[in-house]
Amino acid sequence: MRDEFKKQSLIAFKAVCVFTALLGLFYPLLVTVTSYLLFPRQAQGSLIFVDGKARGSELIGQFFSKSKYFWGRPSATTPNPYNAASSSGSNLGPNNPALWAAVKDRVSFYQKNNPSPEKIPIDLVTTSGSGLDPDISPEAAFSQVKRVARARGISESAIKKLVMEHIQKRQWGFLGEPRVNVFSLNLALDRMAWN
Amino acid sequence: MSVNDWVQIGVYLAVLLILVKPLGFYMAQIFEGQWPGPRISSFFERPIYRLCGIDDSSEMNWKSYATAVLLFNFFGFVFVYALQRFQFYLPLNAQKLAGVSPDLALNTAISFMTNTNWQAYGGETTMSYFTQMAGLTTQNFVSAASGIAVLIALIRGITRKQTELLGNFWVDLTRGVLYILLPFSFILALALVSQGVIQNLSPYHSIETLENSQKQLISMGPAASQIAIKQLGTNGGGFFNANSAHPFENPTPLSNFLEMLAIPLISAALCYTFGFMIRDTKQGWALLAAMVLIFVPLLFVAVHSERAGNPAFASLGVDQATGNMEGKEVRFGAANSALWATVTTATSNGSVNSMHDSFMPLGGFVTLFMMQLGEVVFGGVGCGLYGMIAFVLVAVFVAGLMVGRTPEYLGKKIESFEMQMASVVILVMPAIVLGSTALAVSFSSGTSAVSNPGPHGFSQILYAFTSMGNNNGSAFAGLNANVPFYNILGGWVMLLSRFWMKIPILALAGSLARKKVIPPSAGTLSTSSALFVGLLIAVILIVGVLSFVPALALGPLAEHLEMVRI
Repeated sequence: MRDEFKKQSLIAFKAVCVFTALLGLFYPLLVTVTSYLLFPRQAQGSLIFVDGKARGSELIGQFFSKSKYFWGRPSATTPNPYNAASSSGSNLGPNNPALWAAVKDRVSFYQKNNPSPEKIPIDLVTTSGSGLDPDISPEAAFSQVKRVARARGISESAIKKLVMEHIQKRQWGFLGEPRVNVFSLNLALDRMAWN
Repeated sequence: MSVNDWVQIGVYLAVLLILVKPLGFYMAQIFEGQWPGPRISSFFERPIYRLCGIDDSSEMNWKSYATAVLLFNFFGFVFVYALQRFQFYLPLNAQKLAGVSPDLALNTAISFMTNTNWQAYGGETTMSYFTQMAGLTTQNFVSAASGIAVLIALIRGITRKQTELLGNFWVDLTRGVLYILLPFSFILALALVSQGVIQNLSPYHSIETLENSQKQLISMGPAASQIAIKQLGTNGGGFFNANSAHPFENPTPLSNFLEMLAIPLISAALCYTFGFMIRDTKQGWALLAAMVLIFVPLLFVAVHSERAGNPAFASLGVDQATGNMEGKEVRFGAANSALWATVTTATSNGSVNSMHDSFMPLGGFVTLFMMQLGEVVFGGVGCGLYGMIAFVLVAVFVAGLMVGRTPEYLGKKIESFEMQMASVVILVMPAIVLGSTALAVSFSSGTSAVSNPGPHGFSQILYAFTSMGNNNGSAFAGLNANVPFYNILGGWVMLLSRFWMKIPILALAGSLARKKVIPPSAGTLSTSSALFVGLLIAVILIVGVLSFVPALALGPLAEHLEMVRI
């Protein structure tokens, strides 16, 4: 019985080593090499380069606060919003007065800075799960068109057209929700200005 | 709920159910030794057996099987603990992350060894690439494979007669890893990378932002390889703090669909494996039917509640057409977030694509209650089904009492020992969960971790111990759980709930294997009929409701009443 226990212990110890080599080293490295060969851009974080310099990732939101840019969603990451080295949500409960106050403040700030009278889409005044959400809803983008147009001195219809071009529909027609990537849209705005 | 919500949920359930039979059949072939045949299997398995000194021709009785499981988990635990403590001196630590504190390392090592994947840390700020790969990814595989192995041992206990032998743990473990988890994870990992999940060993990228050229540091790492197995193995531990809400873990609606499909896939398919291996597939379908029938109504409660939005914002002049978006990502929306939340708590997965802490009270209720049913609705890979079989024995016993016959299941008489083991499996969990919750609310070290006021604060504590006590791993993440009190108490909770289920299940398997098989007669209760499925569902719900309604009333239900009063 005791010999059997010793024998099984030795097997268990060796098995941990063998499976670590197989699953903890060989497998992740195999995936790394294969994805580097098949999808090098995605594997490295879908970075977007402008004049040879990385200015962001297509998938990671950035903080925008100037009137001439479209704004993304509020972010709960610390110490500053859109901290891509420390993702996090607010984790405020639905009945938490701190959540109500935060949403109320964002609503009045938004109303003050935007000339549009219609209701504010909820995604513009609530924080995302990761704090890095790169997208806003198409409605949230449209509600900012007037402000951006005024700040840039470009016609509203031109900005609106740009937003339309940047709407990503539901994947395969039914998966997820329609959305607008804020970074790509703002990059396109800047490019429009440069030309 | 919109038409598109219905379509997404309908397609999801349809694809899941279509895959049950082929995958279940494949797994049965593997554990019956029919596939991949002697030549291929000796090529892949032989080197592992030789390196470890495993005699694959010998079989084990239940005690040896349980000993092997425990020893393997013990060494895995020690290894993961050491890796975390010494990660500063180990390779692949581009961010120079310090060694993990003793209590957090203890909690995390137990958490990954028990397939819980409770995380009191943020991945990108705490764990080096080496720790994530060699420690956590490895445990993701082997904790899942040992769950499947124990289930297979239980099935052998049911099918065999008058024997002590239940198979060889090392062989079951190796086959589960080599032919199920490893190949599927490899394929899923690549599919995820194609969508934008990262997979690299680079240091964090520093970029200049578009608006005012400020520095943004973007975390990197070998994420896809870990995310694939975290979903397939119902582990759930995120590479990043925000788990699958993070755009690098789950970048598109398609990646979301694939990850969400992977969560219950193996657990659901094991129902067919079970039916096939006992040569009565109807029995497997009956268990799957019971699972689906509990799952669907609760799913609709969650989706409906998240789609409705927060009544507190009604007077603020906001448009809540997309639902409650606090803690949710735009690309998924409220419906996909609620669907994921229900699936991840029904199985013992625990990964999240939205923050459960910010769910509406009834949405949060569904996630809590799903776990409190004992993780038998799909459940963890292997452990979900063996937990379900414990409930089946109780249902058979209740039915036996009603008609005054000795209860039997699949030709095996269910006697006092079997009932003791089934009761232990079912009742230990509520005792641990409620006991530890009571302990935490009684001490200031427990209550000071709470971050939301009122009933929701209580829910945060209840959620933490419900999650750890069911090896789920999701959280109401506002709770500041990285303190010695939660790390150490939680570690014990995870250990007890995992092994006080596994060991009685193996004892049960041993006892069933020793019995004779009685041929069915006219008086035998059919365990594949609609009537029995109804009885089984009733037993599961009654046990869950009786154990947890008082606690739920103080948490999410009180919170809901507080909300509708507004």
